[in-house]
Amino acid sequence: MKAFVALVAREVRLAWTGGGLWLPVVFYLAVATLFPFVTGPDKALLARTGGGILWIAALLATLLPIERLILPDRQSGVLDQLALRGWSDELVATAKIAGQIVAFALPLLLATVVGSALIGLPEAQLGTLLLGLAFALPALSGLSVMIAALTAGLSGASALGGLLLVPITIPLLIFGAGTLAEDPGNAMQLLAATSLAITALSPFAAGAALRAGRI
Amino acid sequence: MSSRQASLPSLSLDNVAVVRGNRMVLRGLSVTARAGDIIWIRGANGCGKSTLLRLVAGLLTMTSGEVSAEGRIALADENLALDANLTVDAALHFWAEMDGASADERDAALTDMDLQGLANIPVRFLSTGQRKRASIARVLASKADIWLLDEPYNGLDSASCARLDQAITARAASGGIVLVAAHQPPSINVANSLVLDSQGVAA
Repeated sequence: MKAFVALVAREVRLAWTGGGLWLPVVFYLAVATLFPFVTGPDKALLARTGGGILWIAALLATLLPIERLILPDRQSGVLDQLALRGWSDELVATAKIAGQIVAFALPLLLATVVGSALIGLPEAQLGTLLLGLAFALPALSGLSVMIAALTAGLSGASALGGLLLVPITIPLLIFGAGTLAEDPGNAMQLLAATSLAITALSPFAAGAALRAGRI
Repeated sequence: MSSRQASLPSLSLDNVAVVRGNRMVLRGLSVTARAGDIIWIRGANGCGKSTLLRLVAGLLTMTSGEVSAEGRIALADENLALDANLTVDAALHFWAEMDGASADERDAALTDMDLQGLANIPVRFLSTGQRKRASIARVLASKADIWLLDEPYNGLDSASCARLDQAITARAASGGIVLVAAHQPPSINVANSLVLDSQGVAA
């Protein structure tokens, strides 16, 4: 357990030193800042569409750290050294996802408070938006590690990562946007269930991709 | 292979064959090593020295044959496995945590590879030889029973080569097994010299 915590801490530290922490947050806030310039100062329109824009921004921010999640560790031999010590690829993937949740998801949730203020989101919607993102961000973290493992070492990995990630996240986006509606129905439950399933399955998919990529 | 073993380390490869990229890199290879052995693996470029070490490390699957290793294994190859942005000390600390090694063991490894003066320098600022020494220090700190060293002398000056020889001798004397893949012969007594020909067969 101590070694697992050390690996998660390493992921967070690398995110901090490698730009993986602040880059998605800056991107996220930049979208929130720029959006009102496009729509104009129409408070009603911003209130109606702002939550959806933050959801899309969160999804796209997921793409930003993909290239640094797996490839550097594969090239530097860290993945080999972990395998040599008996770490399963699935456990390595789990640690990377946990690190991504701490280094990416939590800062993005904090940034949502600022982003919603910049967009002028009604206070009543902020709680729902935060809860929805809190459910979805672990899944987005899992998917980013999985896509990173699948595309590590391929030419055009970033573009390919985007092409792979965006379609997979459509259910999360639909249910996430549904939670913002006046009558959300069961959208929050569906979002939580979908996110849980993706979060639980992504270490296995990412682990298989890590194993397949070993040369 | 990841847990500390109470028994003496041993290593056995029996009639091993490895195919990589439609080419048979190792063919019918059999090797046995016991506690205290130092084996020098040599041969031309591409004859399978690194493949053999990666196979023993469990990082490759073989086509046929059997590999049996008793004891914890450490590998130092061309990949440093040290985070470039961390200091030497912090980078080694991470692997020491992974291996359950103490701070004293880490410090001793730094001393053995003459890295104390560089402990607070980020890995990315080290020279090639210094990086190699840091990579070997990672192996030393691991307290593994079986060391797999792939071209460990590359980039090292004569003083560092002597330090490495000293560490290898000490590990073997304390009951470990050391496999050294190198073109140049170590200046120490080796139990066996395994020569691989271009077909990956022990010549």
